[in-house]
Order: sequence, then C-alpha cells, then structure tokens
Amino acid sequence: MAHDHDHDHHHDNELDPMAARVRALETILTQKGLIDPAALDAIVDTYETKVGPRNGARVVARAWTDAAFADWLRRDATAAIASLGFTGRQGEHMQAVFNTPDQHNMVVCTLCSCYPWSVLGLPPVWYKAPPYRSRAVIDPRGVLEEFGLALPAETKIRVWDSTAELRYLVVPMRPAGTEGWNEERLAGLVSRDSMIGTALARVPA
Amino acid sequence: MNGPQDLGGQMGFGAVAPERDEPVFHAEWEKRALGVTLATGAFGAWNIDESRHARESLHPADYYSSSYYEIWIKALEVLLKRHGFVSDADLAAGGAVDPAATPKRVLKAADVAAVLARGGPCDRPVAAPARFEIGQRVRTKNFHPVGHTRLPRYARGKEGVIDAVREGFVFPDTNAHGSGENPQWVYTVLFDGRELWGEGADPTLAVSIDAWESYLEPA
Repeated sequence: MAHDHDHDHHHDNELDPMAARVRALETILTQKGLIDPAALDAIVDTYETKVGPRNGARVVARAWTDAAFADWLRRDATAAIASLGFTGRQGEHMQAVFNTPDQHNMVVCTLCSCYPWSVLGLPPVWYKAPPYRSRAVIDPRGVLEEFGLALPAETKIRVWDSTAELRYLVVPMRPAGTEGWNEERLAGLVSRDSMIGTALARVPA
Repeated sequence: MNGPQDLGGQMGFGAVAPERDEPVFHAEWEKRALGVTLATGAFGAWNIDESRHARESLHPADYYSSSYYEIWIKALEVLLKRHGFVSDADLAAGGAVDPAATPKRVLKAADVAAVLARGGPCDRPVAAPARFEIGQRVRTKNFHPVGHTRLPRYARGKEGVIDAVREGFVFPDTNAHGSGENPQWVYTVLFDGRELWGEGADPTLAVSIDAWESYLEPA
C-alpha cells in the first residue's frame, strides 16, 4: 500500500517533531511522579498482544454456532461478551447488530473515533480519518467499493453513527459452506473489517 | 460546537485508504502517546467529554493536518496545562521545571490490567421515566451551541423514529464543561437517508445516531 512506514519515514528519529513532543511530555510527567513508565508499557502491551479483533471474532463465531448465545448477544451484548472474558475500556456499553440477507450494517463515529476496543482493539487509522468519517453516512456504497465490497443494489444499508457511549459490533452473516465447522475454525473467517461493516466474513477457499 | 470534528457529510477528503495488514502502531511515539493519554486520564482531573472537547477545539487547519494520535497529544497538552500538571516552562525545557497539581491517583503498572478491564461506565440512573418510546416519531433540535455537543450537524432539525430506548447516560454537553453529569435518557434515532441528504440520496440508506433526550422533540 501507500504507506511503507518502516522504510520511507523515520518516525522514531529524535528529529521527528511528534516523537520529541511525546518524549517531552513523558519525561516531564515522569519527573513529577505523575506517571509510571512501566504503566505505559503495560497499556501498550495490552493493545498489542491481548486486546484485538480476535476477541470479536470469537464472539461472532460463538453467535454463529450457539443460538442461545446469539439471542443473548442481541438482547444484552455487554453481558454476553463479558461471558467470554472481554470487558472494559470502550466496551462498557456494547450493542451487537446482525447482518441479514436484506440489510448490511456499518459502524462509524463521525464526531471522533468511538470504537469497541474490548472486542476489536484499537481502531485502524482509516477509521479515525476524515475520508471515512465524512462519507460513511452519506455515501456508504462508495466507501464500501473502496474496500472492494459491492453489495447488491437492493440491499438496505444501515449506518450506525456512534455519537454516544454505545459501542457497536457488527455480526456478519455466516458464510455458506461452513456447516459443521467448529468455533475456532469459524473465527478465522471473521476479519476486523467484517465486524465494522466494511467487509463480509471470508468465504472458505 | 460546529468544529472540525463534525465530519458527517463533508466532502473533499478523498478516498478511504485501508492499509493491508495495518500494524497496531505506526511509530514508537504512537505507543507512548496512547500510554500517556490513558495514564493521565487516570488522574481523574478531567472526563472523556472534556478531553473530546479539547480535541475538537484545535484549530480546524491543525485538526485536519494531524493524525489522530497527534490530535490526542496536542489536546492533552491543553488539558495538562489547564489542570496545572504541566506548564509552558516545563514544555519549553522538555523536563520538569514547575511544581504540579496533585492528581486523584497515579496509575501504577500493577493496576493497569484491572483499570482497563473495568473501563469507565457512563450509564447513570435517571429518576424521570423516558419521554419517548420505540416507534415514536421525533425531530432533532436545530441548535448551534458554542460548547461541546454530540448532536452532529447533519442530523439537526431532522425527523426520525425512535429505534431503541437505551439507558440514562452522562450528558456530555454539560459534563465537558465541568457543569455536572446531569444524566439523561439516550435513544437510538433512525433517519431515512432522504431525510438527511435530500435529493439524490441513496434510497437504500438509513442512518442512526444515539441522541440524548434533550436533543429531541416530538415530531
């Protein structure tokens, strides 16, 4: 893609103004005893290794294989998701929205970057950037085409703008040809984007 | 406020650029930016609404030319100065020069897992019953407050239907300004695409927002 950050840029270089600015803040706050650098390490480690879209994929795969869980997820997503061990920051008030053959769901935060961290981890850059935030609510089909997704013309599109503290998880439709698959194998078909609504679940090869 | 953050329906920003196999962070400083933002949030000196308002209060030219972590850091400097934790002299020196206010808490590494797992629930009991019910037609207010609000411009003065009655939630329009949590009922309000975008709108489109009760009037 267009961004080859490892080679074209030097974000970590001391001369990078943002790197210097963040370093200065961390230094000042550490010297004042207001932050613990080890706590920062623990926060970063959480979102690099523990909390990410694999959590959400497990939720979706469970919903595909367990009708009672799917029903619970529809009625009380926060509790159903917590039963799998996924709780906390930016997942305190969850709603699950289910795609159907008639309706495709898509999630955006036009006002900032609201995103269900507890099940999807940190949002991708495009989710927080003006092109997606400006167009998802007025031209979702155009946006979806840029993700390589062309929905049938008659499919209804429901866009959920996360303007309050509810956080939305899209439950994509289970692909055909996965009868008898177990949860773990199904979870492998559930991409991050399919849980935002900018993709469908992968079709088995 | 009608600030740079209110992006729904704006034009001219170009194509969405999804990045294949996008890494969680694109630079080391982004990791520290996340960490500093969350660790200073734990001070208890400001709330999420005040921090959102600090971000949207960046000059539009600055907001639109900044990545999201840059927006976070620029707004965080404002918050840290406003609440007495960091001074201009500190920032100029790149190290502690002035004394700091005392935070309610300092986040220690051993507490990070528990703090993140607990999060910061914003639901609050509301004594009054909900004013609206599912299926009721409502119209959003047409207002342009200079302070923080979560009613986007594209959905002001529009008629929609109550799709869900949620819970009581902290009211950001006051909470962002230190004027109290004043919880209100929140509703998911569904609009037909043609109500929002008029002629030429995608006829298959419906858009919902989550709206606090005071944003709504019976239609």
